[in-house]
Amino acid sequence: MTDISQAQPSITHDWSSSTARRRVRRRYGADRRLQLYGLAAIGTAMALLGILFTSLIYAGYAAFTTTKVELGVFLDPEKIDKDNIRAANFRKIVRDAFFSYFPEVQNRTEKRNLSKILSSGADYIVRDYVVRNPDKIGELVKISVPVSDPFDQLYKGIIPREIDALSYDRIALYRQLESRGVLSVVDGVGVAKTTLFVDPAQVPEEGGVEAADFQRMIDEGFRSFFLAEPSRSFYEILSRNAAETLRNKVVADPSLVGKTIEINLPLSSNYDNLLQKGEAKIRNPRFRSDKEFAWFDSLIQRGLISTPFTWELFFNADSRFPELAGLAGALSGSFLALLVCFLLSFPIGIATATYLEEFAPKNRITDLIEVNINNLAAVPSVVFGLLGLALFLNTFGMPRSAPLVGGMVLALMTLPTIIVATRAALKSVPPSIREAALGVGASKHQVMLHHVLPLAMPGILTGTIIGLAQALGETAPLLLIGMNAFIPSVDNVGLTQPAMALPTQIFSWADSPERGFVSRTSAAILVLLGFLVLMNLLAVYLRRRFEKKW
Amino acid sequence: MVKGSLTMDQQVVSPETTTTRSVVEDPKITSGDVSVFYGAKQALFDVNLDIPRYAVTSLIGPSGCGKSTYLRCINRMNDTIPIARVTGEIKIDDQDIYDPDLDVVELRARVGMVFQKPNPFPKSIFENVAYGPRIHGLAKGKTDLEELVTTSLERAGLWDEVKDRINEPGTGLSGGQQQRLCIARAIATKPDIILMDEPCSALDPIATAKVEELMMELREKYTIVIVTHSMAQAQRVSQKTAFFHIGYMVEYGDTKQIFEDPQDKRTQDYIFGRFG
Repeated sequence: MTDISQAQPSITHDWSSSTARRRVRRRYGADRRLQLYGLAAIGTAMALLGILFTSLIYAGYAAFTTTKVELGVFLDPEKIDKDNIRAANFRKIVRDAFFSYFPEVQNRTEKRNLSKILSSGADYIVRDYVVRNPDKIGELVKISVPVSDPFDQLYKGIIPREIDALSYDRIALYRQLESRGVLSVVDGVGVAKTTLFVDPAQVPEEGGVEAADFQRMIDEGFRSFFLAEPSRSFYEILSRNAAETLRNKVVADPSLVGKTIEINLPLSSNYDNLLQKGEAKIRNPRFRSDKEFAWFDSLIQRGLISTPFTWELFFNADSRFPELAGLAGALSGSFLALLVCFLLSFPIGIATATYLEEFAPKNRITDLIEVNINNLAAVPSVVFGLLGLALFLNTFGMPRSAPLVGGMVLALMTLPTIIVATRAALKSVPPSIREAALGVGASKHQVMLHHVLPLAMPGILTGTIIGLAQALGETAPLLLIGMNAFIPSVDNVGLTQPAMALPTQIFSWADSPERGFVSRTSAAILVLLGFLVLMNLLAVYLRRRFEKKW
Repeated sequence: MVKGSLTMDQQVVSPETTTTRSVVEDPKITSGDVSVFYGAKQALFDVNLDIPRYAVTSLIGPSGCGKSTYLRCINRMNDTIPIARVTGEIKIDDQDIYDPDLDVVELRARVGMVFQKPNPFPKSIFENVAYGPRIHGLAKGKTDLEELVTTSLERAGLWDEVKDRINEPGTGLSGGQQQRLCIARAIATKPDIILMDEPCSALDPIATAKVEELMMELREKYTIVIVTHSMAQAQRVSQKTAFFHIGYMVEYGDTKQIFEDPQDKRTQDYIFGRFG
């Protein structure tokens, strides 16, 4: 303790001392570092999100247009019965219309190949058009129908006309041979100079030299290039005619039998191309002949090919053919399931939360319920799916694959989220509002309904929409109750009808082998993400709309 | 346990004695041996207090002395705290308000309350005042309700300031206006008694002056009980003053007497600023 009355030299703070400066510098450094860590974290997150969206859009944008070919179809009243339109042979009508573009094609096989340019669903598109416009019968109408998946992908440039004929390891074998310097071009033919032994043991007693197993001799000799190679795929490097070459040589000069000779053996065509042209290409095996390209090119030249926006993606149901597959079934299924989910989980969730928060006595039982609800929010969704399967389907015998059951399972999953969010929202309502209401003589439930719930509503709605958005993207529980049915039509949409949901549709498309489903899958993911963004925007809007300051 | 809690203040002579120098004739509120427990902790000890009608009664004392606890017994706001328990007897006009047959909602309509922090509902000014009459069915029809709201706002001295923006949110008013809105809200349910729990502690001096002026006017029609930390305020507005200290009502009498000639040592110490 210093005596204040005594004269003390006044202590002034030395702002410029080195320790003070170091301290300040260090504090500023720490502040800056913290800021940088934050920025780096945000930057990483944004970059990853950017990559995700870029790749999805890059892969998915193609699905938003469909390659279509315009057909001039004469709706012959003799072939189409006005009273029974569906009975007409639209397959033949469509094909005849299409074949009329190529009068030169008469061969049955070629016609069949030509018809493969059209989507298999073209018949139904024309049929549905006629059903919608029966007055057009007797007229020549122009209808654009999708081309089949390979041509759609070809036109969009997703798949090439030619692909590499040789895989990476085959080319590696070729490079081995090349590095030995045995490859050369003789008389326009790529050959490999091979040393081999014309084995007398391979020359049979009967038939003489001509019947000898020259292939065996070549195999033996050629193998010496690849002693360390375990696979036998190097034999493909040589042409099938190599044995013939050797035979001609030995037959011409039988004295070679029993000798070791050097001979130029011809390469098979792919390796020959590799040697002479530097690359080996073959026609994409998705196409049957080069003629298909010619037909398709002529359609392009005649301006019959167009790529309009794929409304079918939203209005068609699922299909085995990617160019026809759409999300209508999945969208309606997801909508119905979410509707059921909302109608169940919203009132039950709010009632539960309100009771627990405002009315329930605080005792062991309510504590136990509270802990359980909080834990339920962390249970993996597939477990809820199993519960739904065991309880709703097996015990209660509810319909399989139905949005009703899907919605019930999703409601189980969403309930804890809504309850937790609602309780948090109720807790955040200031006690002064409750006191004010009680003070003017409002009863407990009036306080709740007139004041606390309306004030908590923004928080409750946000929680609910986040819960529903989560439910919208949930796949596993829906798979377990069978909401991944193949639904090729949206005529039978109902709560108890078999249905599909967006995430299970994505799951099933991602599993399909056709090339067109790759972009369809990405497009479906974009649609799903679009709905999630919309729902989150709705949550933000509702919060702004109902939020009240106090 | 009771004795133990007293060690914090060595000057307390005997906490159980209460000095009451004025007998209130025809009291509005009578209390007999009111004790309040929060769980195992006793917050209020055997308070006996008769509050006169058409007057302002101040409850003063240091923080935690039980004055707010007592105030909240009068409209049974303590019921909303699950662990709170009230014993003893409080009567309003000879009606025991802790009678199990008595409807607490009805009671709170008759005993209005104004809180420390202005707490208007996040609704329009009109709705704030109209809410009480509406849930109690006090107004018949729209015009009746509008008249009641107007009268209440007029009595709370707020009408002239808000008549042009009756449908704007009550939370948009200034602090002092908000508090007067809360008073208007309390008046609107046609109570006999208005309880005020430190109504001016969140207000500036000008707003405080307005509220105090209002209290003096309202006194003619209502019985007012006010909890305050400001002894000057108690002197200005109240006719009776009760001094509370750590759960006991120590001294009760006319305001003038309490402030000029306190009998109990604890009251003297508090009023002359030796503690508190």
